[in-house]
Amino acid sequence: MASGVKPRIKVPSSASAGETIIIKTLISHKMESGQRKDKDGKPIPRSIINRFTCEFNGQSVIDITMEPAISTNPYIQFEATVPEAGEFVFKWFDDDGSVYEESKTISVG
Amino acid sequence: MQFTRRDTLALGLGAAALAGMPSAVLASVEDEIADFTGGAEIADGGVTLDAPEIAENGNTVPISVSAPGAVAIRIVATGNPSPKVATINFGPLAASPSAALRIRLAKTQDILAIARMADGSFRRAAATVKVTIGGCGG
Repeated sequence: MASGVKPRIKVPSSASAGETIIIKTLISHKMESGQRKDKDGKPIPRSIINRFTCEFNGQSVIDITMEPAISTNPYIQFEATVPEAGEFVFKWFDDDGSVYEESKTISVG
Repeated sequence: MQFTRRDTLALGLGAAALAGMPSAVLASVEDEIADFTGGAEIADGGVTLDAPEIAENGNTVPISVSAPGAVAIRIVATGNPSPKVATINFGPLAASPSAALRIRLAKTQDILAIARMADGSFRRAAATVKVTIGGCGG
């Protein structure tokens, strides 16, 4: 696992049924592109988050394949529909095989 | 004007060098597009790609894409060492086929957003971004 990885997510705590909400996510990750070289001119190996997914109660909201051209600390903003109360599950897939998972519950009122 | 054998050779070499460089880069951009569309025709319009006209720092360039009726959008940076940027797949609960990301750009270049619509057709939008400081290190 890469060090210092910390996901941050902004989801409203409640919404009305069928409402559209904006979700903002940011994960601290160095996203080493594999293009850079260190002081000795040796290439620094690639280490990025290559996939991000968001699901709500098991149904997909968004699934993004990411390449080295995504900036350090990947920020993603998108819109989701909330049909009922439930839980958003966010997953980031690292090149090294680790998966960072975070969830947010939302109530419908 | 008459060309000597030497002139002709030099001209030929120059032309080959000129033609060779961009076509190698363009080929990988085309591959990247064909990989997504399967060679299908792409219509202009129907996709909105928001990117800054001038990006001072190529390390983080905020962009946003939206394409009503799209199921997936691929973003391609034509001037990067690798043109791949991201492929966004929208699920049934995505309220609108739109997303905002921050990307790296190596130099001033065109960015393409290609959307696959629900009916299987493809649409595209392009934006030119001037980059002051490139974002690929070196």
